[in-house]
Amino acid sequence: MQAAWRVEEIEENSVPETDALVLLMSDIAGNRDRDAFKALFMHFGPRIKALMLKSGARPEQAEDIVQIVMMTVWRKVHLYAPERGSVSAWIFTIARNARIDRLRRGSSQAYTDIDDLEIVSEEPDGEDNLFASQRTRKVAKALSELPEDQRHIIELAFMEDISQSEIATRLALPLGTVKSRMRLAYAKLKNKLEDLK
Amino acid sequence: MSLDHHLDDATLLQYASGNLDEAFTVVVATHVAMCDTCRHAVRQAEELGGGVLEDAGTAELEVGSFEHLMLRIDDQPADTAPAACAAQVSGDVPAPLVRHLGPDLGAVRWRSIAPGVRKHVIKQNSASKSSLYMLHIAPGMAVPEHGHGGSELTLILSGSYTDVFGTFRRGDIADLDEHVEHQPIVDGDLPCICLVATEAPTRFKGFFSRLLQPLTGI
Repeated sequence: MQAAWRVEEIEENSVPETDALVLLMSDIAGNRDRDAFKALFMHFGPRIKALMLKSGARPEQAEDIVQIVMMTVWRKVHLYAPERGSVSAWIFTIARNARIDRLRRGSSQAYTDIDDLEIVSEEPDGEDNLFASQRTRKVAKALSELPEDQRHIIELAFMEDISQSEIATRLALPLGTVKSRMRLAYAKLKNKLEDLK
Repeated sequence: MSLDHHLDDATLLQYASGNLDEAFTVVVATHVAMCDTCRHAVRQAEELGGGVLEDAGTAELEVGSFEHLMLRIDDQPADTAPAACAAQVSGDVPAPLVRHLGPDLGAVRWRSIAPGVRKHVIKQNSASKSSLYMLHIAPGMAVPEHGHGGSELTLILSGSYTDVFGTFRRGDIADLDEHVEHQPIVDGDLPCICLVATEAPTRFKGFFSRLLQPLTGI
């Protein structure tokens, strides 16, 4: 059974080689491989739960959102395209949408409309030929190299359900400073990703 | 579409992280639907989300969580729905806005709020502090010089206007914060139709009261 060694390779608490994640995704999409899906679940489930807790979910609510997110992953896995982004980023967007729908009782429909547009779009999506694995390593590196103040703001923005002005209030910073740190962090990430082309 | 005016990177990150309220999300998504550059940029910003998800810790799942999930999955009817195709745009309204407006700009029901200025308020699903609306401004109209009470996003859907930042045409977005002062003038022979999200409508009153006394022919 080919999937078995991969399942063991992906440890729950380490950042896996993205190639391994992409392989899992194609096993899940192609063969509806449950061992591969379990490995993906063991890796991302605890991370999604942590994200929901930090966004203010109660533990049982966070647990339920993990289930909803992973059900969506199982159902939509064939729509994942490695040339558009990493597995982690794709799963983050599903978790983000679930957070908007479930925790904030808002609507993530605007985001799914854009996904649908990309799916039906025939145009080559430009310059984006990076392998998912390269991309994840570059992003991890870009994040780890950010100055502490910038990284903290990026983590707050993505981990918690918190607006720019709320970040500014929490950190007792002017809104303009929060915005400029976000811009700087993003510019560094873009440079890292552009380097690959 | 090749556009001249894009989103501020800070706005883009807020959108990618899911932290904008509904009004701002709809305007950003509508621009992103029209702008290849920003669609690419949003995906890059979402990579940061992936990176943070990998890095920022884990929380222990309940015992039997995976088995429970598979039971739920097996319980569901097989997914027979075809891959999404509803997003194909037939009218002149971009995809994320069709849901709120219908496919056709010509069918919008306007309410006159001042000579040459018409408005259509878009209903939001969630209790949002920001407002979301469309403006239909006649050719040659100048909006008096104004600042903003908070952030404001203006996306052009038809026609064009010019201010100190340049000319804004269909698909262009003006991403302005509270410190900006400008005086847009509608160009050409066509009305300018735009989609607007504004923060804190009460603080925005100053601008509106001035909109109500438009100076024409500047």
